[in-house]
Amino acid sequence: MKILVCISKVPDTTAKIAFTDNQTKFDTNGVQFIINPYDEWYALVRALELKEANGGNVTILNVGTAENDPTIRKALAIGADDAVRINMDPTDALATATQISTYAKENGFDLVFTGKETIDYNGSQLGGMIAAQMDLPYVSYASKLDMNGNTATIERDIQGGKEIVEVDAPFVLSAAKGMAEARIPNMRGIMAARTKPLNVVEPVACENSTEVVSYELPAAKGDCKYVDAENAGVLLDLLRNEAKII
Amino acid sequence: MGILVYVSTSNNQINKSALEAISYAAQCGDSVTAVQFGEAADQAEAGKFGADKILKVSNAKLNDFQPNLIAEALMKAAEAEGADTIVLSHDLSGKAVAPILSAKMHAGLVTGAVALPTAEGTIKKGVFSGKAYANVKINTAKKIITVTPNSIDKKEFNKTAAVADFAVEVGDSRLKVVEQKIESADLPLTEAIKVVSAGRGLKGPENWGIIEDLAKELGAATACSRPVSDMDWRPHHEHVGQTGVAIRPNLYIAIGISGAIQHLAGVNQSKVIVVINNDPEAPFFKSADYGIVGDAFEVVPKLIEKAKSMDFTS
Ligand SMILES: Cc1cc2nc3c(=O)[nH]c(=O)nc-3n(C[C@H](O)[C@H](O)[C@H](O)COP(=O)(O)OP(=O)(O)OC[C@H]3O[C@@H](n4cnc5c(N)ncnc54)[C@H](O)[C@@H]3O)c2cc1C
Ligand SMILES: Nc1ncnc2c1ncn2[C@@H]1O[C@H](COP(=O)(O)O)[C@@H](O)[C@H]1O
Repeated sequence: MKILVCISKVPDTTAKIAFTDNQTKFDTNGVQFIINPYDEWYALVRALELKEANGGNVTILNVGTAENDPTIRKALAIGADDAVRINMDPTDALATATQISTYAKENGFDLVFTGKETIDYNGSQLGGMIAAQMDLPYVSYASKLDMNGNTATIERDIQGGKEIVEVDAPFVLSAAKGMAEARIPNMRGIMAARTKPLNVVEPVACENSTEVVSYELPAAKGDCKYVDAENAGVLLDLLRNEAKII
Repeated sequence: MGILVYVSTSNNQINKSALEAISYAAQCGDSVTAVQFGEAADQAEAGKFGADKILKVSNAKLNDFQPNLIAEALMKAAEAEGADTIVLSHDLSGKAVAPILSAKMHAGLVTGAVALPTAEGTIKKGVFSGKAYANVKINTAKKIITVTPNSIDKKEFNKTAAVADFAVEVGDSRLKVVEQKIESADLPLTEAIKVVSAGRGLKGPENWGIIEDLAKELGAATACSRPVSDMDWRPHHEHVGQTGVAIRPNLYIAIGISGAIQHLAGVNQSKVIVVINNDPEAPFFKSADYGIVGDAFEVVPKLIEKAKSMDFTS
């Protein structure tokens, strides 16, 4: 099986979120970047497990600039065989999906994995777009995946519960919690990652369908109003008469 | 040019988030066609919240949740109706269908909208896991928008929607649904207006009785922190936060939860946050509107008792 795992680079989950340039750019000052958790913990690790069980090849794909290379090397350190970076600053989901699906079509993969969403843009859109552009079935929010030959049995999150579906490869899947357990790269993996191939590919021409005009931070919370634990019931009076929400 | 809305149903009822999507579309000021998948006993609700027309899709191939086919049907409906914008709820159904529509129609997509488009055409959406918003502009003629549940005013229009059957042919699915496990018939967490949530401070699953009782009295859904679902004290679908479900109820009561940044990421857009914790230094108090410093096992029973004496019928 040839598996393509799409990864994105996101700010660490504890990063302070601030903006510069008149609220139009994310302030990367002092921010640590990581692989998007869903891509790393679930999509990548499950892909590696499938490869370990059945043989095959796991390729990492990122659409981004050279600044992303250290993040891509980390995915190689966890165990992927090779990586591709499409050299473009991804500012629009549809354009990013077009890059990924074009590459994936040309290079013939059996399985294409994404995370369920990025923790920075919270788009939850790339997986479905890639599937549609490749004319493949899309299994969203997968929480379990087993392969039996060419046929996959997948548990996915649906509105109100879960569902088990069967689908033949090739297909596109977005990975949610439950797919696998996170792995920590070991020293050998980190050493090996240095010499694994990281191929840089130039993007195909494509227009952006959306643009972020500006960012804003939520209004700051006022001070917390404390209620005495002994008279805890007062809280509900406040919620009814002051906050007017119950 | 009109707006099309994807209306999902469960248990013969239109999902509350779908009614919000209809109201959102109507507030955009265009004619609204609601495309209804499945039977709905409460069809008049669609008109109440702003649908001018309901297209009922009955096609056995669409009885299962088949995102590719639903997208195909919606595209054909948009063509038939001359609609250039499709609005969906940002729930698990909408999140699966919207990106397929976007790619197939070459329509720019904004997911997780929390406000109506401005006069300049920008749409506000949550980014950085609830820690910020982005104002996004769609550059294409056709547009797809998914609306975050419980984020906009569900304005009433009290229209009477004309109902028509929409016979649509769709391709064959390559996805076979083998089994469905609907966790509970109750309100999904993302649609709940009030949520009572608890964390590791509750010590063990056997102590969740007071959490469920308080939730029941308040008419709230229950949620939990990640370690609690990781340890299987509570079902996974209750896990809120960065890696779990993101919610924005009117009221979020956090009991025995420390308020780690990854937890906050999923709940900090709640309108009012109440924190109950025996540690006055718990970080959650910084994000709280109301706080009680005290032992959950003493405080929560007092709240239940008080709630019992109040009327929650309205
Ligand atoms: C990448 C990443 C993603 C994560 N995603 C999530 C996520 O999505 N959701 C999430 O919740 N967490 C997430 N976490 C974990 C998060 O960092 C915290 O570890 C977690 O939220 C802590 O859960 P807790 O508050 O229940 O437990 P604790 O941090 O152990 O807090 C328990 C709290 O209970 C209080 N307490 C104890 N006894 C009592 C009592 N008798 N009465 C009242 N209060 C009491 C304590 O003072 C304490 O504040 C993530 C972590 C990482 C690294
Ligand atoms: N720039 C990128 N390069 C490669 N994959 C990406 C990129 N951005 C997002 N993805 C993948 O698409 C998934 C969903 O992203 P999003 O639609 O932005 O929420 C992520 O979890 C990644 O797997």
